[in-house]
Amino acid sequence: MDKRVESENLVETIEIEVLRYRPEQDIGPITQRFSVPYSNTMSVLEALQQIKDEQDPTLSFRWSCRMAICGSCGMMINGVPKLACRTFLHEYYPARISVAPLKHFPIERDLVIAAAQYIRKLESIKPYIVPREPRSLEQGEYLQSPAQVERYKQFSTCINCMLCYAACPQFGLDSKFLGPGVLSLAPRYNADSRDGARDERMAMMHTDEGVWGCTAVGYCSEVCPKDVDPANAVNQNKMTSALDYFLRFVMPGRTT
Amino acid sequence: MSEQRMSAQRPYIRSTDGWWRDNPYYVRYMLREFSSLLVYAYGLVLLVGLVRLSQGEAAYDQWLEALRNPWALAFHGVMLLVLLYHTWSWFEIMPKTLPAIRLGGKRLSDGAINVIGLAAALVCCAALYGVALWLAR
Repeated sequence: MDKRVESENLVETIEIEVLRYRPEQDIGPITQRFSVPYSNTMSVLEALQQIKDEQDPTLSFRWSCRMAICGSCGMMINGVPKLACRTFLHEYYPARISVAPLKHFPIERDLVIAAAQYIRKLESIKPYIVPREPRSLEQGEYLQSPAQVERYKQFSTCINCMLCYAACPQFGLDSKFLGPGVLSLAPRYNADSRDGARDERMAMMHTDEGVWGCTAVGYCSEVCPKDVDPANAVNQNKMTSALDYFLRFVMPGRTT
Repeated sequence: MSEQRMSAQRPYIRSTDGWWRDNPYYVRYMLREFSSLLVYAYGLVLLVGLVRLSQGEAAYDQWLEALRNPWALAFHGVMLLVLLYHTWSWFEIMPKTLPAIRLGGKRLSDGAINVIGLAAALVCCAALYGVALWLAR
């Protein structure tokens, strides 16, 4: 018997079941199984790359950094929103792994979701510092104390991976809901001592599509790979939103 | 050449039917929300008691008598469990709903908020029973 074939038979493999959708040929998503050589240092992303390189080049998925910082490779792994790059085959081996595109988003193709709506929402809350007061170069940098940094640091680690959206049933039921990610980035900038666009952001947070669309399910915080704790951010802002509502009666001139 | 375009865009939207059965986390969430409806129901039972009290001693005694019915007792047994679960679930989610509490520069942990909340509930219950017993002397 051929020695090569024999040694190949000894390679351990793991089955990966991928939800596929090719808009030009499929009416709806279908599942397809692949068998991938197993090693205990291999991530789910590497397994998908193995499939694309060696088995089916048409398989589509997003990825970039391979180290949980770009936020591109979010997908449902055995029904749980995870980053494929930091989910390892050994966590499931020898059982089969199912991989599907992030829930609650339209599927563009295979594991690629349509993210345009998310990007629009993200832009709408001005996810950047709008200077509170203009400063010239001669006046130097905007100084911040460690205590001031501490106020927004936790919410600043978001990588826009959208796992929290796949975890949020309120977003699943109503895609107009701004959602956990965007609603955690708004307070990140609101809480920044250098920023001056709080009123504009709060106007969006006050609505039903803003913080009040959240029912404190809390699963967003469970799945967040960066410990942003979106559920906490959103619910803190319910208090801020309510305070703003009542304060405008006692403090005329407040805009929100 | 074929007319078929490689970039055919036809985003597929998946159904959310039965979404809460997908994940044990959602099932617990639905139980928490459902338990609040039962808390509401028990609030109504107590409200009826208050109305009967305002109608005089006889009416109030009738209400008390109705509560001694085996079905009413079983209902209370179930309600006790529901209320315990509701109390637990309330304080379980509390770290997510509270603004960050800082003690000496360090953030109070989720576990500490759970424990403090549950301890406060326990103390309040004990105090309420204490007052009730004292009034009923």
